[in-house]
Amino acid sequence: MTDTTTRGLIPLPLPAARALLLAGGIATAASAFLAWTWTSEFPGDLTISGYPGGLQWLTFIAGLLTTVFALAAYDIRGLRGLIPARNNAPLVLTALGGFGVTWYTVVSIAAELGGLANLEPGGWVAAIASLLPVIGAFALPEPRTASAKGNLKAYLAKPDGIPAPAPLSPWVERAIITVATIVGLAVFTYGIDTEYGELFVGYLIVVVFAVWAMHTAGLNDRFSRIVARNRSFTLAMGFAAAIAFPFTQTNDHYANIGVNILIFGTVALGLNIVVGLAGLLDLGYVAFLGVGAYTAALVSGSEFSRFSGVHFPFWAAALTGAAASLVFGVLIGAPTLRLRGDYLAIVTLGFGEIFRIAVNNLDGDSGPDLTNGPNGIPAIPDLKFFGFNLGDAHDIAGFTLGRFANYYLLMVLIMAIVVLVYTRAADSRIGRSWIAIREDETAATAMGINGFRVKLIAFALGATLAGLAGTVSAHVTYSVVPTPYQFAGSTPPNSAFLLAAVVLGGMGTVAGPILGAALLYLLPEKLVFLQDKSLLAFGIALILLMRFRPEGIIANRRRQLEFHETGQLDVPETTTLTGEPAAVTKAGA
Amino acid sequence: MSTMTTPVLEARNVTMRFGGLTAVRSVDFTVNAGEIVGLIGPNGAGKTTFFNCLTGLYVPTEGTVTYQGTVLPPKPHLVTKAGIARTFQNIRLFANMTVLENVLVGRHTRTKEGLWSALLRGPGFKKAEKASEERAMELLEFIGLEAKRDHLARNLPYGEQRKLEIARALASEPGLLLLDEPTAGMNPQETRATEELVFAIRDMGVAVLLIEHDMRFVFNLSDRVAVLVQGEKLVEGTSEVVQADERVIAAYLGEPFDGDPGATEAAGADAADAQSTTSTKGEGQ
Ligand SMILES: Nc1ncnc2c1ncn2[C@@H]1O[C@H](COP(=O)(O)OP(=O)(O)OP(=O)(O)O)[C@@H](O)[C@H]1O
Ligand SMILES: [Mg+2]
Repeated sequence: MTDTTTRGLIPLPLPAARALLLAGGIATAASAFLAWTWTSEFPGDLTISGYPGGLQWLTFIAGLLTTVFALAAYDIRGLRGLIPARNNAPLVLTALGGFGVTWYTVVSIAAELGGLANLEPGGWVAAIASLLPVIGAFALPEPRTASAKGNLKAYLAKPDGIPAPAPLSPWVERAIITVATIVGLAVFTYGIDTEYGELFVGYLIVVVFAVWAMHTAGLNDRFSRIVARNRSFTLAMGFAAAIAFPFTQTNDHYANIGVNILIFGTVALGLNIVVGLAGLLDLGYVAFLGVGAYTAALVSGSEFSRFSGVHFPFWAAALTGAAASLVFGVLIGAPTLRLRGDYLAIVTLGFGEIFRIAVNNLDGDSGPDLTNGPNGIPAIPDLKFFGFNLGDAHDIAGFTLGRFANYYLLMVLIMAIVVLVYTRAADSRIGRSWIAIREDETAATAMGINGFRVKLIAFALGATLAGLAGTVSAHVTYSVVPTPYQFAGSTPPNSAFLLAAVVLGGMGTVAGPILGAALLYLLPEKLVFLQDKSLLAFGIALILLMRFRPEGIIANRRRQLEFHETGQLDVPETTTLTGEPAAVTKAGA
Repeated sequence: MSTMTTPVLEARNVTMRFGGLTAVRSVDFTVNAGEIVGLIGPNGAGKTTFFNCLTGLYVPTEGTVTYQGTVLPPKPHLVTKAGIARTFQNIRLFANMTVLENVLVGRHTRTKEGLWSALLRGPGFKKAEKASEERAMELLEFIGLEAKRDHLARNLPYGEQRKLEIARALASEPGLLLLDEPTAGMNPQETRATEELVFAIRDMGVAVLLIEHDMRFVFNLSDRVAVLVQGEKLVEGTSEVVQADERVIAAYLGEPFDGDPGATEAAGADAADAQSTTSTKGEGQ
C-alpha cells in the first residue's frame, strides 16, 4: 500500500497479515481436536483428543469459516464470490467469532471448574490459535481516520455500491435457495437441540458473527435478490424445511419447543398486521390468544369445562375460537381505535389486563362460573383427525413422530394460513390503506380512507389470527390457565414479548416476527441460569438493538431506507409490500 | 360552456372558532364548474383553516358546505368520496411508500376491493388492481413522474413531491381540487410548470380552488380571486378588480391589524413581482 493513510491498526505487512489470518483460521479449527480440559465435569466432554465435542465443534466451524474467508481474500478461484464487497469486515468478523467462542469456552472452563489449572495444554493452544486471526485481521490495511472509533468502524463497515452480480440461471438460483434452506434448517435445529446454556451461548456467538460477516460481505443482499426473484419457490422451501424439522428430532421435547415457537411466531405475525402494517401500538394483544385458547378449551370436551358435554371437532373449535377472538377484537377495538398513539397503547394495555383478571375471577365465587378461575380448564382431550390421534406417537416412514411433533405439523399448517393471509392482505388495497394510516393518518383520511374502519379491520384480523393460534395452543398444553396472558413476564407469550418479537425481528416483514419469536422463546428456555434476570437481559438487548439496528434483524426494505438514508430501493421490479417471505429458512440463518 | 355557471361548491356562512379566536368568520363562497379560483390573504388569515372546514378536517362551528347540491358531512373520507380532493400546505405524502403506491392510495374511494377479495384473490381482484395501476400510471405520466414509480416518496426532490401530491389527489377523480400553496418552495421554472399543470387539470374538467402567496401566479391563473383577511372575506372578483382594491393593499401592508406579525411580512398585492414565499406556518394542514 503506497497510501500512508491506509494501513493496519497493528503494524504488519499485508502478506504477513493475510498469512496470519489463514494460518490462524486453520490452527483454530485444528485446536478443536485437542483436549481442552481434564475432566468431563464441564458439559460436552472436552477431554478427548482427536475428536471435537460440544463447544469445540463451534470453534471448529468458526475456524473453518475464517479459513474460507481468508482464502477468498486471496482471490482463490471459486471462492472469490464469497466476498462480493471485497472488504475486510467479513475477515474481521469471522476471526472475532472464532475468538469469541473459543475464549468464552476457555474462560467458562476456568470459571466453572475453579481456576486456570483445569485447562489442558490443548485449551491454551486453542486460545492462542484463535487470537492469531484477530491480530491478522486488524493488521489488514484500512483508511485511517482521526478518531479511534472511526478506525474501528472502518473494520466493520459494509461498503455502499457493491457491484451487481451477473445474473444466474434460474436453476442455479434455486439450487442456492435449496442449499441455504438446508443449511438454515441445520443451524436452526442445532440451536433448538443445544442441551446446556454454555453451548447455546457459544452457538449464538458463532451465528451472530457469521451472519454479520455475510451481511458485510454483501452475501445477504445477494441472497435477498435471489429470493425476490423466486418468492414462491423460497416460500415452498421454507415450508418444506418447517415440515422436515420434526423428522430430524429424536426427542419429543425439542418438538415441543418447536411447536411453542410456531404458536408464538404465528401470534407475533398476527400482531405484525396491527403494529407493523397499521401502526397501532397494541399492548394487550396476548388477550386474543387467551380468548381463542379458552374458547377452544370450553368447547372441546374437557370434563372440567363449563360446557363439558360439548365436544366440537377441531375445525369447529378452531372456527369458534377465532370467531370469539374476532368478536372481542371488534368489541375492544370499536371504542379504543378512535384514540391515537399513546392513548391507544394505554387503553389496550388496560383491556389486556382486564381479560386476565376477568378470567381469574369467573370462577363461580367472584363472578359467574365460566373459567374455573386460577385453576383454569385442565384435561383438554387430544385432537383426532380421521382416527389419527395427535396425542399418540406414530411411525411414519421409519421416523417416530411424537405427540408434540404431531401438533407441530398442525401448527405449520396454521402458520401457513397466517403467512398467506398476511402477505395477501399486505399487498392489496386494504394493506396500502393500513400503511397509509401508519404513515400519516390525516393525509390518509383526506385521501378517502375511513381511518376508523380500516383500523378496526386490522385490529379484528389480528385478533382472529391470534385466536386461531390459541385454539391449537390449548390442545398442545392440555390445559388453559390465566397466568400466561399477562402484559409482561419472563416467559413467552405475553404482550411485551410479542411486541418485542415483532420489533426485534423486523416490523412489517414475514420472516422477522417469526425469527424474533424463535429467539425470544429460545433465550429463556436455554439460558436458565439467567433466571429472573432474563427480563433485564432482554431490556438491555432491546436497547442495544434499537440503537444499532432500529429496523430489526430482518429489515423491511422500506424501513431500511427510513432509518439509513440511502438512495434507492434494491429490488424495484417487485411490488409486494412485505419484506422477505423466506419464512422458516431465514429463521435459521 | 354551459357548465360555467353551475356551482360545484357552495360554502354558506362558514365560521370556525378556536376558543376565543375566530379563524374564519361567516364566509360565503362559491366555486363554479370549470373555474380556477384563487384564495389569497396575509399569513394567519384563515385560508388553510377554511380549506380544512371545506374538507371535513375541521367541523365548522357554524355554516354548511354543499358540493353539487348536497350538503357535505364533516368527515374527510366522505368529502373525498363526494368528489373534493386536496393537497396540503406542508406536504403530507406517505413518505415511506413508493410514488406509485401513493397514487394507488389516492384511488381508494374509486375502488372497493375489501379484505375478502384480497385474501381470495379472485379474477375480480386482479382486474381491479390492474386497472388501478394503469390509471395511476396515467396520472404519473400526466405529471411526468412515471420514471420514478418505484422511488420512495421521501426521496423525491421538493418540487416533485408537490406534483406527486397533486397526482395523488387527482387519483380520487375529484370534481374540485383544492391546492394549498402549490408553489411554496418552488423555483421560478417549477412555478411556471405548475401553472401549466393547473390549466391542464382545469381542462380535464376539474374545478380548482387554490391558496397562494405568489401573486403573479394567482392573478395569471385565476378566473376569480377572493381575499381573506382576519377570517373574513374582504373582496372577491376578477384579478383586475382585486388588484385595484385599496383595502387589499392596506390589508397586506398590515395597517388595520394589531398583533398579526405575519401580515406585515407579506408583500403588497400590487408588488406582484415580489414572489413572496413567506414562512409557511406549521399549522398542521
Ligand atoms: N387547530 C387550531 N387551533 C387553534 N388555532 C388554530 C388552529 N388552526 C389554525 N389556528 C389559527 O387560526 C388562524 C388562521 O390560521 P391558518 O393556518 O388558517 O392561516 P393561513 O391563512 O393558512 O396562513 P398561512 O398563509 O400562513 O398559511 C391562525 O391564527 C392560527 O393560529
Ligand atoms: Mg395556510
